[in-house]
Amino acid sequence: MEMPAPNPAILAKKDQVVRRLLSVLPKRAVIHDPTETRAYECDALTAYKCPPLVAVLPSTTEEVAAVLRICHEEGVPVVPRGAGTSLAGGALPTADSVILGTARMNAVLETDYDNRIIRVQSGRTNLSVSGAVEEEGFFYAPDPSSQLACAIAGNIAMNSGGAHCLKYGVTTNNLLGVTMVMMDGTVVEIGGAHLDAPVYDLLGVICGSEGQLGVVTEATLRILRKPEGARPVLMGFDDTEVAGQCVSDIIKAGVLPVAIEYMDRLCIRATEDFAKAGYPDCEALLIVEVEGSDAEIDAQLGTILQIARRHNPVELRESASAEESARIWLGRKSAFGAMGSINDYICLDGTIPVSSLPLVLRRIGELSLKYGLDVGNVFHAGDGNMHPLILFDANKPGDLEKCEKFGAEILKLCVEVGGCLTGEHGVGIEKRDLMDTQFLAEDLEIQMAVKDVFDPSWLLNPAKVFPLGASATRRERAA
Amino acid sequence: MIEPTCEQDLGEAISGASGPLRVRGGGTRPIGAPVMGEVLSTAALTGVSLYEPGALTLVARAGTPLAEVEATLAAEGQRLPFEPMDHRALLGTEGTPTIGGVVAANVSGPRRIQSGACRDSLIGVRFVDGNGTILKNGGRVMKNVTGYDLVKLMAGNRGTLGVLSEVSFKVLPRTDVAHTLLMQGLSDAEAIRALSSALGTPFEVTGAAHLPRGPEGPPMTLIRIEGFEASVAYRAARLAQALDEFGIVRIEADPETNAALWKTIRDVMPFAGSDGDVWRVSVKPSDGPRLVSGVSATDIVYDWGGGLIWALMPAGTDLRAAMEGIPGHATLVRGSDADRTRLSVFHPEPAPIAAISHGLRTRFDPRGVLNPGMMG
Repeated sequence: MEMPAPNPAILAKKDQVVRRLLSVLPKRAVIHDPTETRAYECDALTAYKCPPLVAVLPSTTEEVAAVLRICHEEGVPVVPRGAGTSLAGGALPTADSVILGTARMNAVLETDYDNRIIRVQSGRTNLSVSGAVEEEGFFYAPDPSSQLACAIAGNIAMNSGGAHCLKYGVTTNNLLGVTMVMMDGTVVEIGGAHLDAPVYDLLGVICGSEGQLGVVTEATLRILRKPEGARPVLMGFDDTEVAGQCVSDIIKAGVLPVAIEYMDRLCIRATEDFAKAGYPDCEALLIVEVEGSDAEIDAQLGTILQIARRHNPVELRESASAEESARIWLGRKSAFGAMGSINDYICLDGTIPVSSLPLVLRRIGELSLKYGLDVGNVFHAGDGNMHPLILFDANKPGDLEKCEKFGAEILKLCVEVGGCLTGEHGVGIEKRDLMDTQFLAEDLEIQMAVKDVFDPSWLLNPAKVFPLGASATRRERAA
Repeated sequence: MIEPTCEQDLGEAISGASGPLRVRGGGTRPIGAPVMGEVLSTAALTGVSLYEPGALTLVARAGTPLAEVEATLAAEGQRLPFEPMDHRALLGTEGTPTIGGVVAANVSGPRRIQSGACRDSLIGVRFVDGNGTILKNGGRVMKNVTGYDLVKLMAGNRGTLGVLSEVSFKVLPRTDVAHTLLMQGLSDAEAIRALSSALGTPFEVTGAAHLPRGPEGPPMTLIRIEGFEASVAYRAARLAQALDEFGIVRIEADPETNAALWKTIRDVMPFAGSDGDVWRVSVKPSDGPRLVSGVSATDIVYDWGGGLIWALMPAGTDLRAAMEGIPGHATLVRGSDADRTRLSVFHPEPAPIAAISHGLRTRFDPRGVLNPGMMG
């Protein structure tokens, strides 16, 4: 993975840039000492690191506007950063860039239960949005695994999903409006507490644009009343393909669970050693959760269990209490941590049509033998969003490269069967150079044309999403 | 009229165009400033190209009749989640609504408050831009963040950025049963309060509407619950308890009556065949009654818990004059050619946003051949 060489002219005027930023921000909001900027050298994709020129932590939309105006005038690239939990390197800086962190913008600006919205500053963490409304019985639906730490700003940038999006949708389906600062410092309001766009759906384009179109400083989010109850059921199978078939049959039967999660044997064993959730030792397990009143849950689970029994499960465990539900979810929620305790891993995020699940699982197994690297599969089965975890040893020379090659083959396979490279993590730098396996040159060109409109100088997070070759002319014209 | 029968021909028809084109699906939703030019119809690009009930996915060519898509889904016990409205009665048009037209106008119905708009179910598009280039975005899987989401941009672009050739959806299981709680005689403000209370319960309301002039004369407020029999009965009863203060008249359980009631709301039937302009307004629900009290409407229909207001207005009146201090937007859906030119059909955008819209049009359609002037 390559990043563009830093612009020496920008490196040479660091002092001037810092001085100008200090003229619009408090001293503590401008981080320029090389020992301190290292805190911003990477996000959760830790394989790639580079300290930025400067990191700034503005507190208001006005401060963000002032920062962007200066960077625009100076021609300095800006890399927006939420909480830095991106697995795709979305917040990886270059040495000539300013990191614009949203961490200090975490206020709740308005809660309105009559209209079922909350307005927050974008640096607020995902879970604390729900936290702000839970006393009234409401919640914010998108629930990425990193929800304790990740910021709404990053959720919007990546259009984050989560385990419960089968029913509630992803970020773009729950985002109603934004206050956004354009690269030249212009502040725009798009959407709000009302629904749908007056002309073009710009909000829909901004969500998922990976910080390349503007910096979102405030967001209006839809909040929902919590369901009366929820209950998971755990199913174990001796055959991965049978588990895949069971998922498809449940969906076809007309019940819509809020979540269908899948884990394979490697992940089951790892989480058992790590979290001791009491999972059965089998080839694949599913966790299926439904919501409603007790009677509604009984009825839905009745249908689901009936379908599961037709597939000869080795285990069927219906939760009878809150403790049991928590235990069923415990293993799934600690899966990434458990795999991390075995070895280093990279986590992929391709989505496939649910019908291709058996084929893709089999091919991943074959590739695992070919590369000699273990893979654990844990994912949102209801929507086909896979998370193969490829284990490798970061201290073993060549292992990371081998692992990345293996990952690329899996992602190409996802595209080949009609799916995509990334379902909820984003492209960032990680999948950037694979974009042409999914898109033709003209499909990428029209996307870059959208960036031309929002950020004509190509200063916002410029080296992400698009293959460097494809974006070179535009980036170089800017510099 | 040009009527290509394949995507390739559609591309060539656009790249070869020497003047403006009026892009049309079934021609049942002529909303927007009047456009001159040769008609480019997608009606011959037909057929469901892929349907996987087990993956909740359907892909269809843009000219496929909406009715065919709905029948295909119904055969497997599924449906489009967003309950697209039929504009024919309201606009006095004839023809066959197409699935591409639904997407191009981002048409949704009462269930939008629970299941999202057309754009929320749309997961992929193929389209041809103003240069005649065939492009794709999104795909056929329901979770996809690979690159920019131009799927949303194409939903509601009304053929001004590109002409759709194929659209993909996430679909949902049909529900067996619908019940509607009916209340009578509420003022607009009381009704919106009742709808807000209902939408703030865990009982999953899928329709929340208010007719200040109900079918029997007095105002009628409607709240719909859908699902399987036992669950619907349970939730309707719990909801009736929760809304006791508003005086529930009855719970309508008859399937035909329910279908008719919600078709009335969905298609704004009270305005069909009437004189006057039709405005469609999107506001924060609690702002609705204030807005309505400031306009000289002859009739009003509230949907989406009060967030969607249909206003029947004397011809040539500018409803937007009453929106001072009320965030949202208003579209002149029906009006004379002269008024649709004079009043701007779509809500005027603030300068920086208008510049973005203009910039997008220039990039997607540099020659200005696709429905020029229709959206500004």
